[in-house]
Amino acid sequence: MKLKKAWLAAVAASTVWGAASMGAAQAAEQYLGLPSYRVGAYAAGGTGVFGGWIDYMKLINERDGGVNGVKLVWQECETEYNNARGVECYERLKKQGDQQNVLFAPVSTGITFGVFERVPQDKIPLLSIGIGRSDTADGRVFPWVFPMIATYWSQASAIVGYLGKREGGMDKLKGKKIAVLYLDFAPGKEPFPVLDRLAQKWGFTTEKIAVAMPGNEQQAQWLQIRQMRPDYVILLTYGVSNPTALKTAARTGFPADRIVGWWWSGAEEDAMPAGDAAKGFVAGAFNPAGTDFPVIQDIQKHVYAKGQGDMQDPKRVGSTYYNRGVGHGIIYVEALRLAQEKFGKGKPVTGEQMRWALENLKLDEKRLEAIGAKGLMPELALSCLDHEGSGRVRFQQWDGAKWVSVSDWIEPDRELVRSLVEESAAAYAKEKGITPRDCSKEQ
Amino acid sequence: MIYREAGQFKASYEADQQIFPIKQDRIVMAALVAAAFLVAPWAASEYWLQAVLTPVLVFALAALGLNLLTGYAGQLSLGTGAFMAVGAYATYNFLLRLDGLPFLVGLVLGGLSAAAVGVVFGLPSLRIKGFYLAMATLAAQFFIVWALTKFPWFSNYSSSGIITAQRIEILGFAFDTPARKYLLTLVIVSLLALAAKNLARTNTGRSWMAVRDMDVAAEVIGIPLMKTKLLAFAVSSFYCGIAGGLYAYTYLGTVEADGFGLDLSFKILFMIIIGGMGSVLGAFLGAAFILLLPVGLNVLMHTSVGALVPATLASNLELIVFGVLIIFFLIVEPHGLTRLWQIGKEKLRLWPFPH
Repeated sequence: MKLKKAWLAAVAASTVWGAASMGAAQAAEQYLGLPSYRVGAYAAGGTGVFGGWIDYMKLINERDGGVNGVKLVWQECETEYNNARGVECYERLKKQGDQQNVLFAPVSTGITFGVFERVPQDKIPLLSIGIGRSDTADGRVFPWVFPMIATYWSQASAIVGYLGKREGGMDKLKGKKIAVLYLDFAPGKEPFPVLDRLAQKWGFTTEKIAVAMPGNEQQAQWLQIRQMRPDYVILLTYGVSNPTALKTAARTGFPADRIVGWWWSGAEEDAMPAGDAAKGFVAGAFNPAGTDFPVIQDIQKHVYAKGQGDMQDPKRVGSTYYNRGVGHGIIYVEALRLAQEKFGKGKPVTGEQMRWALENLKLDEKRLEAIGAKGLMPELALSCLDHEGSGRVRFQQWDGAKWVSVSDWIEPDRELVRSLVEESAAAYAKEKGITPRDCSKEQ
Repeated sequence: MIYREAGQFKASYEADQQIFPIKQDRIVMAALVAAAFLVAPWAASEYWLQAVLTPVLVFALAALGLNLLTGYAGQLSLGTGAFMAVGAYATYNFLLRLDGLPFLVGLVLGGLSAAAVGVVFGLPSLRIKGFYLAMATLAAQFFIVWALTKFPWFSNYSSSGIITAQRIEILGFAFDTPARKYLLTLVIVSLLALAAKNLARTNTGRSWMAVRDMDVAAEVIGIPLMKTKLLAFAVSSFYCGIAGGLYAYTYLGTVEADGFGLDLSFKILFMIIIGGMGSVLGAFLGAAFILLLPVGLNVLMHTSVGALVPATLASNLELIVFGVLIIFFLIVEPHGLTRLWQIGKEKLRLWPFPH
């Protein structure tokens, strides 16, 4: 009897589990699986990005009644920014009833690596905005991966471009000394090949200094920096190591306005805890902060005014991470629109149709203005060859209370970055025995 | 009634020395193994194979490795994650650099590399014990992960230090679907689990337990301490190395050195604490508990109260419930899930007439 009971309980439990992973899907609904992370050391990023994305989808549902009448639905899965959990989420979110997941965006370089060999088999496009492998920008070798807006390599090049502008010309960089302080994790080292080649090209020298994870102790590194007296410090850190770097820099007397960060050190959560030490600090961004954009105003009006917002703290609406999430949402919805236009309006699309739409996505100033997101993200134009679409980065400076834009969109050194991308992608294709697509045959 | 061993006589030494002396156990075990081999690959969905069964097997193997060292030989180790990393990276490099090397040979070579590294970091165990030894193995944990990121040769100069597993092919047969990868993992894990079970019952296993219970006494009765402890480190690291290879090749496909951090070592230590020290079954139960409970809670949360509370709160609630459940189990049964299972068996024997 006891055994039987236990057995029945087990069966019941597994049925609940099975039913949970199925869920009921109705017609004219577009399903999306969201691998979010809302706990742990990187929760500030996760809640912001996924909160913004969800709010944008809520806005589309509330204001427009969905995309051409197709309601957006989604299912979240907690990854904890952990690679193994992320892969589990990928598998769990893959199917929902009879609908397939059409886009996977883990907002984590580690998880992106974990699944990027699985997506071609499952026919789910992998979106890695501002993260992931830079060489996946070569769409011939990686048809299913979209490192959109800008890769780490474009960003590294744009940082050097920004420094050149500040000096009054790229040739002025000759003889300059630049320290690169990086957090010792996978993305921290990703920009090195580009920095090395640019150093050769423009005649400056770089010194790379590692900070062990999670980077809450940097005294030794900054003393080293003080001894070498660099002209600039490029900061490649994430999470708690950002304010620590700024505070330690202030203590060792290195001026904050000579430190230039990447976009993972350019959020309010990164500068605010450092207090006055952060004043003057410059960081890259592919999306500025601010609530002035019409789309953010609309979210306030249609979502938050009705008390349906995803952010627990509504003050975070318009912050850097939040706006980045809205950018994710815009790209998702616009690609959905394009896919529907080609494959049938008012119908949910499949992963393959989504892939086509992402690859042919074009967002010009006019379209961005119509969405109400002019200036929130750079213009985008993707193609079979180029899965990045822009590569432009903007720089903003912390004035002690908020981020202020200090540059226009800065172009990366396209020729150099592209040659590196193609070289690295070709090496990957050779190792894995992939025949690159012929882009002239794509339509 | 069902679970009665009356009438089962042992007429030979072989019968007396069986792994499962009770007939009912043998039947259940045979049914389980048959289900795992014959039913699961066909009946289970891709999600179950890839995200539930395969990782549980891989982690059970790692926990088994740690259990041999900590549960049987009594040497506390916090370097399990690093030994897995050695296994994964060594397998990758052997397969990459030696053309035409069969996958299984590469995997075993990876395990042997991990064993060699384990022996080196096991040397301090001859002088220090308990928490102090834990500190020494902690050094292994940090040193190995640091070395794998510091020297790009290990990851074949990949710009971000991440390795992607090569295709698995054995005798021309490609293991490329989730079901095939699961079966490969299952075969390797079952063989190694059987070996571990038997090893624990041999002279070696008995001398490990003697060292665990009191090493001075063990030395007095003629057990060579150095050889026994180092052997425990070697065998344990070999298991962990194989688990690391499987983790990279049959489970994730791409791994980075940071993924084998201290968190992973603690997770595996929790598995054997929850599952039961010094037991093969415990490794499997512990791995299933630690891996699947958070996933189950996440699913449950989304289907029950998930819609009512903010998503951030729901995510944090899962962690709280997970922690509370661990404390609950440790209070109810400090000796782990295996002990619960044994108590259940005792009760079943008397049922339905408990006295």
